[in-house]
Amino acid sequence: MLAIVDYGVGNLFSLGCSLKAIGEEVAVTGDEAVLAAADRIILPGVGAFGDAANALRASGLDRAVLRQAEAGKPLLGICLGMQLLFDYSTEYGHHHGLGLIPGSVQPIRPVVPEGYKVPHIGWNALHFPARRPVSPLFRYLHEGDCVYFVHSYAGTDCGKSTIATAEYGPELTAAVAKDNVYGAQFHPEKSGQVGLNILKAFCEL
Amino acid sequence: MITKRIIPCLDVKDGRVVKGTNFQELADVSSPVELARYYSGCGADELVFYDITASAEGRALFTDILRETASSVFIPLTVGGGVRTLDDFDRVLKCGADKVSVNSGAIRDPSLIPQAAQRYGDQCVVLSVDAKRVDGQFRVFAKGGREDTGMDAIEWIKSGVKNGAGEIVLNSIDTDGVKGGFDLEMLQAVCDVVDVPVIASGGAGGIRDFVTLFRTLPKVDAGLAASIFHFGQVKIPDLKRALAAEGIPTRL
Repeated sequence: MLAIVDYGVGNLFSLGCSLKAIGEEVAVTGDEAVLAAADRIILPGVGAFGDAANALRASGLDRAVLRQAEAGKPLLGICLGMQLLFDYSTEYGHHHGLGLIPGSVQPIRPVVPEGYKVPHIGWNALHFPARRPVSPLFRYLHEGDCVYFVHSYAGTDCGKSTIATAEYGPELTAAVAKDNVYGAQFHPEKSGQVGLNILKAFCEL
Repeated sequence: MITKRIIPCLDVKDGRVVKGTNFQELADVSSPVELARYYSGCGADELVFYDITASAEGRALFTDILRETASSVFIPLTVGGGVRTLDDFDRVLKCGADKVSVNSGAIRDPSLIPQAAQRYGDQCVVLSVDAKRVDGQFRVFAKGGREDTGMDAIEWIKSGVKNGAGEIVLNSIDTDGVKGGFDLEMLQAVCDVVDVPVIASGGAGGIRDFVTLFRTLPKVDAGLAASIFHFGQVKIPDLKRALAAEGIPTRL
């Protein structure tokens, strides 16, 4: 069973449907006992970092997710859920994240060229870092496959945790991984067959 | 590199897809759910569902269709038509819509845009504008293109973006249904004043029109059309191959 962390932030309808479409049993839950019983966990999220981090903390689910991740359970953060995995974000202030992935979340406006629109919205191609094995999350993908992005902030200084980037002027962090913890800046549940293949790979970890 | 989006638009009335020429004479095309699945499989980058139902029963049916579509089609879905309040946003977002497009509802109550942007984020709010040339001005039309509001389209779009619209759909009534190409002049005027994605709508008659659109106006992010897709005059895989062959970034 896969648990989607429900901390009152974001719309979980499409994510749940996409997982059911690949044959996964899904529980949308804010209950630590269900997270503990799950084989793997997805941390979703939309909106502003500070609000989401506060909601996660207020529900006590930050510690619950950390406990499961530290016990080695596969965890995938999606979009803002990915950003919450980092040490901190500078979106409207300074907010602490879960600290599961080294690095911080920074606005992309200062790094993308003039004339590039922010938010970065649309289908963009994934690039995998050279001279490193492709992450198991992307075992069914090819270099250059497109996924759907909607974001104005991105993970920075992720070092070796970066498992995919997307070119938008510079290469932006598109996905990260450290041990059993994974993060996707894009929306696999809105990325057609490529996205379903990423979710399938996660469900096989 | 970010790719140019190709977006089929499905006008839905009483549970069926319809498309009118110049907003008149509606003709039944197909089942919305089946058509959505078909387009997703063909490589459509996004879908727009436009609810042109007037009745409450029709609206409930539309929501059911949306939910069924979002359960099996995993590309972004934008929903528009009859969106007047935050409750309307809520209703369609809960059924799997990713973005909500406002048109007459925002003309009636301009505060709808900032309210929705604040609650759901700019990326969720699409301002759809039907515009037509009147007395040397691009004029905003309401009620499916039937009513001249007297408002200047460029000013209306500028204020919409300032208030939180994250994307613009510009539908030129002058070129809609004519199949002689997109309204490049009107689109240029909009691209000059906004820095959010602009989706061109109205006038595509063939593959060449999309090539011309993206070649002439690199700032346009997407091309939207309905009948040429529904009646098979343009096949999306052929269109995307043609764009790629012209060096236009495309998701194949």
